[in-house]
Order: sequence, then C-alpha cells, then structure tokens
Amino acid sequence: MNKPLSQSNQPLLTLSSVRKQFGGVRALEDANLELHAGSVTALLGENGAGKSTLVKILTGVLQPDGGEIRINGSSVRIESPRAALQLGISAIHQESVVFGALSVAENICINARPRRRTPLGPLLVDWTEMRRRARILLSELEIDLDPDQPVSELTIAQKHLVQIARALNGAHRIVIMDEPTAALSRRETEDLFRIARRLQNQGSALLFIGHKFDEIFALSNRYAVFRDGSTIAQGLLRDTTQERLIADMVGRIVEQRFPAPNPHLGSELLRVEALSQTPFFRDVSFSVRRGEILGFYGLVGAGRSELMQALFGLQAAQEGKVFLDGDAVDIRSPEAAIHNGLALVPEDRQHQGAILDLAITDNISLPNLHRLGCRGFIRRRRERSATQPLMQYLQIKAAGQHQRVRELSGGNQQKVVLAKWLATRPRLLILDEPTKGIDIGAKVAVYQLIRELADQGIAIILVSSELPEVLGLSNRVAVMRHGRVRALFEYGQAQPEQVMRAATGAGEYA
Amino acid sequence: MKRYSLHSPPRETGLALLTAAMLAGMILAYPHMASLRTLTALLDDTAILILLACGQMTVLLTRGVDLSVAANVALTGMVLALINHHWPERGVLPVLLAAPVLGALLGAINGVLVWRLRVPPIVATLGTLAIYRGLVFVLSEGAWINSNQMSADFLDLPRASWLGFTVLSWLALGGATCMGLWLHYSERGRNIRAAGDNPDAALYAGIDVGRSQFHAFVVSGALAGLCGYLWVARFGVAYTDVAQGFELQVIAACVIGGVSINGGVGTVAGALLGCLFLGVLNNALPLLGLSPFWQMAVSGLALTIAVVFNARAQSSGKRSFIQSPARGSAQ
Repeated sequence: MNKPLSQSNQPLLTLSSVRKQFGGVRALEDANLELHAGSVTALLGENGAGKSTLVKILTGVLQPDGGEIRINGSSVRIESPRAALQLGISAIHQESVVFGALSVAENICINARPRRRTPLGPLLVDWTEMRRRARILLSELEIDLDPDQPVSELTIAQKHLVQIARALNGAHRIVIMDEPTAALSRRETEDLFRIARRLQNQGSALLFIGHKFDEIFALSNRYAVFRDGSTIAQGLLRDTTQERLIADMVGRIVEQRFPAPNPHLGSELLRVEALSQTPFFRDVSFSVRRGEILGFYGLVGAGRSELMQALFGLQAAQEGKVFLDGDAVDIRSPEAAIHNGLALVPEDRQHQGAILDLAITDNISLPNLHRLGCRGFIRRRRERSATQPLMQYLQIKAAGQHQRVRELSGGNQQKVVLAKWLATRPRLLILDEPTKGIDIGAKVAVYQLIRELADQGIAIILVSSELPEVLGLSNRVAVMRHGRVRALFEYGQAQPEQVMRAATGAGEYA
Repeated sequence: MKRYSLHSPPRETGLALLTAAMLAGMILAYPHMASLRTLTALLDDTAILILLACGQMTVLLTRGVDLSVAANVALTGMVLALINHHWPERGVLPVLLAAPVLGALLGAINGVLVWRLRVPPIVATLGTLAIYRGLVFVLSEGAWINSNQMSADFLDLPRASWLGFTVLSWLALGGATCMGLWLHYSERGRNIRAAGDNPDAALYAGIDVGRSQFHAFVVSGALAGLCGYLWVARFGVAYTDVAQGFELQVIAACVIGGVSINGGVGTVAGALLGCLFLGVLNNALPLLGLSPFWQMAVSGLALTIAVVFNARAQSSGKRSFIQSPARGSAQ
C-alpha cells in the first residue's frame, strides 16, 4: 500500500446526488464521489453498477438529470467533452479510442494540436512541434514508438499506450482510468502504475476503475463502492478490508425472491470437453442435464459470451468436443445449432436479438419460417396462430401482434426474443444476460419463466453478471475468469463473496 | 503528405504507374499523340472532375457522400449564365466570386440536413439532387442559354492560356494543392479526417463530428459552384441536363484513387490520380474503336477492381488487429 499523502481537506472534485436515467432504466440514482488532489481513488462495483455512466458524465459525453458537480468548491457544468478537457479532466478509456489512419503524434495531440503563427493568426497545424511534443511525452513515459507511424499498425496494447500519452497531453488535473489494465501485460501494467504514481506526486487527482484487487490495493489510497447506481461506501482504503469491499459490492442479502431449483433432473443432454478458442477461452469442460439450470458467472471479458457463441456455431472453436445426448456433434453455423435443438438469446437484445422495426409476429416466426411455409411462401394465418399462444404464455404486453418491437418496453422486448426461440422448441436454451436493463417486475417474470422451462425438461445455460440472479436460479454455477472455468458451485453452497473472489482472482494475490 | 509516403506508399504509386503505363501504351500505339498538346488537353478534360473529386473526397472522409454535386454544378452554372446574360457589362469577376459562394450555400443546405436534422448523407443529397435539378428547370423555364447569349470574357476565361496551361487546368492544379494543404495543415481539415476515421474517438477528443460533416459539405458545394461556372463557360451552354449523372464519375474517381467509402482514409494525391486514370481511360478507349457503351463497362470494371483492392487492403488491416496479442497477454 502507498504511504499516506498529505492532503488538503477540500476535495478537488465532488459529486453529490448525481442522477441519470435512460428511458425506464435508472443508471445512476444517488452517485456521490470525492476526488482529492494527489490521491488515487478506486471506484468499485459490479457490472452495471453505474461506473461507465459516471465516467461519461465526468467526461461530458452525458449530462446528468440531477445532482451537482463541484470543482475546487465551485459548481460546474460539463456540457461537452471539450468542456471536460478545458476543466482539466482527461480519461483513459477501457477500449482504445484511437484514430487508425492518423499518426501516433497526431493521436497524442488530437485534443490540442499545436499551431503555427501566420499573418492571419495561428491557423496552421504545426507538424514539427506536434512530433516534438509527442516524442517528449513518449520518452517521458518510456514508450518506444515512432511518432510518424500510423496507429492502425500498432498492437492493441500499444494503442492503449498512445491513449495514455494523449490523456497526459495538456492540462490533466483529474485523470480517469477506466479499466486501463485490461489490455495490458504485466510489464505494461507496471509502467502504467509508475506513470500514475508520478501524476499523483504532481498533484493530480486520479480515479481508477478496476476489478483486480491486487491492482486496486497496489495503486489506490481511497475508494468508493457503487451498487445499483448509488454510492454505498467511500473512504480511505487503509480503513477497510477486501472482504468489506466485496460485501459492499454484492450487497449482503440476496434481495429478490427466486423459485428454488428443481432437484430432480433428467439425463445428461450436453457435454463439452476441453473446448478452446484463443484468446477468448481455453480448456472449458462442463455438462448440462435436462431440466437443469447451469449458471455462468464472470466479469466482462471473462470469455462467457464467446463460449456461448462457439456452442451456437457463430464462431468455430479450435479444439475440443461437444456431445448432445452422447453423440459427438460439430456445429459450425447457427442453422446447424437450431437444427440440433439449440437456442441462444443473445446479450445485446437491440442489435442481436430482436429486429426492432418488425412486428412482434414477424420477429417470433423468424427462425421458424420453414415450419410455417408452403413452397417458399409464408402462410400468414399459420404464422399468426403460432404466435398467439406464445404471446399469451409469456404475457407480452402489446397493442397487438402487429405492433413493432421498438415500441415495447425493455422487458417485453426481451419476452419477444424469448418467444422467438421458444417457438423453435429447443432442447437446450442458452440465455446471455436475459435480464440486462429491464425493470424489476419484468425480471421476476423472466425468472419464473426460466424456472418453468427447466421444469418442462429443457436444459438451460444462464449467463449472467448479476450475482443474486445466478446464485438464486442455478442448480450449479460455473465461474469464469480469463477464459477458464475457475470454480463450480452447487446450489446453496456458494456464498456471494466466494463467487466474487473466484471471478476477480482476489485472494490469489493476498 | 511527406508523412504518408514514409509508411504507406503502395496504393498511390501503383495507380500512378498504371496510369503512366496506359498513357505510354496509347502514345506507342498512336505516335502522333506524343506531344505536349495531348497532355495539356488531357488535363483540360479532367480539370472539372479533379475539382469535384477534391470536394467529394472531403465528404467521403467524414463517412458521408455528396450525390448532389452534379446538380449543384447545373444549378450554379444556370444562375451564373443567367446573370451574365442579363448583365453582360458587369464582366466575369463578379461571376467568378459568386460561383463558389452560391455553391457553398447549396452545400451548406446538405450540411445542415446532415448535421442538425441528422438525415443520412446519402438520403439528404439524393433529395437535394432532385431539388437542385428541378430548380434549374424552374429558373430557365426549360430553355437553353447558348454561347451567343453569354459575353465573350465569360466564355473565354477558362480557355485562356498561361505558361502553357489553360486557366481551367491551373484552377484544377491550384484547387487540388489548396485542398491537400487544407486537409493536412488546418485544424478543420484534421478534424474532418479524425471524425471520419473514428467518430467515437473524435467525440471523446472534443471534436464535433456533425460540424465536421457540415464543413465537408460546404467545401464540396463551393468547389461544385466554381465548376458550375467552368462547365457552362467551357461547353458554352447551360441547360437542365448539364453534368447529368456526373456525380457517379466523381465518386468513382475518388474510390479508384483509394479514398475509402468508410471514411477517414484517402489523400488528395490519390483522388487526383483517380481522375487522371479515368481521363486517360476515356481518351484511350475511343482510339481503340470501342463503342461508348463499352467504355462505360470498362470504366465500371476499373471501379469494381478498385473497390475490391480497397476492401482487401482494409480487411488485411483488420486481420492483423485481431491477431495482435490482445487478451492473450492480459494475464
């Protein structure tokens, strides 16, 4: 841990009761945060706790619906990314936001390109000065890159370093690091930490967002924990423990009521042996029985979605075997997957799940057209009569079968996607984040439905980043980290803290 | 531009060599063509295409497309011809000033549609294309303005010769040079490139992507306006169907020159070579005795091959992106 620093009492930046809502979804409810000059504050929270929204508000990309932001005690409005830069707020983003066709030097100086004087004023971009400035920044950071190289030729880690150099070009009183180490190797991470400590000593206030506890404790001296869009706790890191932080992140009690899993399971339906696809997942083995719900928990980027896409034939796995009912199968396309009785409800409902501008009926019948067809033409009446019972069964609230999916609420959109796949009468249903971004009432309805489907003998794989949901619904929970299954828990045996530890790798370093 | 030659020479040089080879082949087959006159005539023929391509590539850089350039040429050309017809005593200077201003206004309409009303560029300019064409008919009441209705200085300026080249050619060369410098050295030019390269990153960098698109449309419009005068004066006639369908040739020249339809990628030098390539092709094919319809097919073939080349260059770039040790080294 770091040596305690002398700090003034007044924070450099204060957020009080900041709120932000998207349609019906509350992303931030009561966000409070203090950043102090010369200190690193770690921001902790589960996926969906509101961290990204907070970063977007601080960088001027989004405007808050309410609350106050103060810098040095005076209230400010961060109305655009440009305004954020002028206030001295710069950010290093999770995914590298760089310009592939532009040179390293221009990428670094894009926020403030140096100008050359002309008789009409400083109108021209001064390329010589830009290269010189980039070279100085790169050498200060001990990064060995040619300022003239186009960024598209760099590796992802190098692109990230370019982004870090950009954040340090110009004023940077407040530096936000949004999971900056995700793309970096161990050595590059150490370089980043060295840079962060120097900024800290220069009096900048740093906000560090990360999931790895060893990094958080190595770098930060303050912390703030977010849960469901609200600040749960904040203070000095030396006054707390890893266990306390985890408890704050997941919440002490499982708040929703879940129907208990069915203990009487059928025969084994799916068996996966040593499935690998570099760099996403490696050596993954598991099995699912009829009527069973197998949960997959992990952080974003742990490889869960990629694993499911491989099972469904979207991305071919490089090694390993898949068995259905004991027979080896080789599924290389979604068509083959559907033919084998698989269904995948994808994570990104709006882009991969539903076709928003089509009617409910058209969406539901999309993967089933061969059953509704007659010599290449679709029988509209048969289509309608196939949809109606599903809409009733799932209690989809809509003006009618012909309403466009775009006009429905998030929960009902998700039900349409579910209905679409139920209509294929799957043997194995893969649900990737089925309750992401839908309100609590709709969530409970989806939980009931998942349970009922399992009771009907469908094998279900539930990928979810919501810990209570995975623990409450699943017969067994597999925890993934860095593309491998790290732990497998039976229903009722797993404590949220244990699962979180397996997902973050905490404890391995302690 | 020195910057690009360091790392990515192949596309422009390849096209330059191909164009030179075609020219050499043409001259070898028809030795009487081997004169400076052939070259200056070629430049004269492609000058308007070059100016329009400089504007079009700016819009393409921002991930947009300007389908209304040829209609803009026709409308500005008609307005200027009418001005000259009614006030011939004012001379050519006001016309020369009014041309880019009027064109820029028409371009600004596209820009506002895209920036403020968020209409997709292809739809916005498809609409204005029809509107501008229609306005030409409304203004002229369907009549032609012929060379005998225009003043001599109005007609002669583009053809006037200076240091071996016509004013028309000088304007094309000067315009291309200015556009190259502007895109390379001005803040706005750099923002246009950045906004098309990666709009998300541009947003975070404090660049107004919509405003950059607006600027690109205004520039494209101003150049189209200038070309409106040049076209009418060169061919000595203004009517509704002036430059009908020419926007497609302009886009083709840009694409052949390596300007990406997906934005962010492309140089003025490339666009210039694309224009010269099409110019040589259009001069060479009639010599081979091909019918005009075959000429269209050959131009189309060249365009298709260029697009395939571009797509392959881009996808190979993407492949290296995935193969780089991204998450594999995250341990």
